[in-house]
Amino acid sequence: MRQVAVLGIGQTKVDEHWDKALKELVLEAAFAALQEAGIDRPDTLYVGNMLSPIVSGQNHLGTLAADWLGLRGIEAAKVEAACGSGAAAFRAGLMAVASGEADSALVIGAEKMSDRAGHDVTAALATAADADYEVDQGVSFVGLNALVMRRYMHEYGWKHVDFAPFSINAHANALHNPFARLHEAITLEKFEKSSMVATPINLLDASPTGDGAAAMILVPAERVYSLPGRRKIIVAGSASATDRLAIHSRSDPLWLTAAYASAQKAYQMAGISPAEVDVFELHDAFSIMTALSLEACGFAERGQGPRLGLEGATAIGGKIPVCTRGGLKARGHPVGATGMYQLVEVVQQLRGECGKTQVEGARIGLAQNIGGSGATILTHVLQAV
Amino acid sequence: MEISRHWRLKQQRYALVGEVCPHCDVKIFPPRDVCPVCGGEAKTTFAFSGKGEVFSYTTIYEAPTGYDQTVPYTIALVKLDEGPMITAQLTDLGEQPVEIGMPVEMVTRKLRNDGDERGVIVYGYKFRPAWKMPSQA
Repeated sequence: MRQVAVLGIGQTKVDEHWDKALKELVLEAAFAALQEAGIDRPDTLYVGNMLSPIVSGQNHLGTLAADWLGLRGIEAAKVEAACGSGAAAFRAGLMAVASGEADSALVIGAEKMSDRAGHDVTAALATAADADYEVDQGVSFVGLNALVMRRYMHEYGWKHVDFAPFSINAHANALHNPFARLHEAITLEKFEKSSMVATPINLLDASPTGDGAAAMILVPAERVYSLPGRRKIIVAGSASATDRLAIHSRSDPLWLTAAYASAQKAYQMAGISPAEVDVFELHDAFSIMTALSLEACGFAERGQGPRLGLEGATAIGGKIPVCTRGGLKARGHPVGATGMYQLVEVVQQLRGECGKTQVEGARIGLAQNIGGSGATILTHVLQAV
Repeated sequence: MEISRHWRLKQQRYALVGEVCPHCDVKIFPPRDVCPVCGGEAKTTFAFSGKGEVFSYTTIYEAPTGYDQTVPYTIALVKLDEGPMITAQLTDLGEQPVEIGMPVEMVTRKLRNDGDERGVIVYGYKFRPAWKMPSQA
């Protein structure tokens, strides 16, 4: 397998884009990435997306994107792994280029959510869980995470307010990201008073959905070394792992087995340890997931994830800055696009393009994208060379 | 309308019928024909007692389509006495606060209406606080 580098990135703002269809979001992000890369026609194209058949009545997104981008004839496919679709599409593109099968890949994560009412989107998101044994009981996706959070608080003795620093940090960082959905700082008081979604998860534990697309061009690394200008970013590690689909079927519902497995494999591939990671874009769909990801990836002892937030370790300037562009919590969570946003944001950090939320001297970045309640987890290590 | 899907699940929904592994005796729910512990084939049916305790719980305020008529309602991970965990609504709670470790038992209740007046009414298991003998009260 050959080394792969990132040649160009593009993203739309995460928002309720009433004036734009899914297709238009795809085009905006993809054209931006193609333009930055200086490429007209990639060899292959993958679109990560979860909800388009339900929300937009549109499937077959790979070919749709190829057609409307003026790339008729190239290989194209949609990749679906629930909220992990974005990173799954990235990994498909990565494999295509690394294997030598393609010399360039356009990978896109795209989601349109605002075309349906809230309870319909809630039902659509629940399709990531087990239809027969979770969803038919009336559990929402927030509800599944709430079951995990309640038990976690019970076993380790944390209070709800102990998770507040994760959300406060994400909102603070999003203020400086023009592509973020929410530009509003929050306080501890506001966090505690926020309305309940599924106990103990309130509105400020949970990420907002949204419409958005993010894209990237991948090429063999040898092609970027000779280029002038900005820092070269290579994909140093990539791994994907699965766990049982339903939380009730896991022997240990408070441990993200697939996060641990994919992180270990990605670290090994990159030849790094967690201590060498400068920036971590993790999957903070809910505040509990921040704690569980930090633990599974080796940044905190089991049951001690919230301590990192309380000690300031996850803020810019801390030991392991997370959600530096707002995270899912404040940049927003356009589900199938989220994995690509995370990777684009890590590239921005490694290039030094993040202004007030720049992690000084960042050279190694981690991105972790989660599908379902922890059932599919992809971990990527990007490195500036 | 998904009549055949719900019909296929009738043994699980109405009687908590799962499986037992003939190799390592692990009890399995939902049935999956492969033992989640030893990996062997496990197709022997096993009816659960319906007794268990609350492992975790949540009260849902924003529900998916089809369930939004009944908010707020409480869902739990119930650890069955025979071993496996199950996701199910709690019912018949009255004024009783839910607690982790609370003993519960299975009952049959309406889960939802499937669509309009012509849709099926889906029934299935829920769990209520375990009934105690008066002498134990």
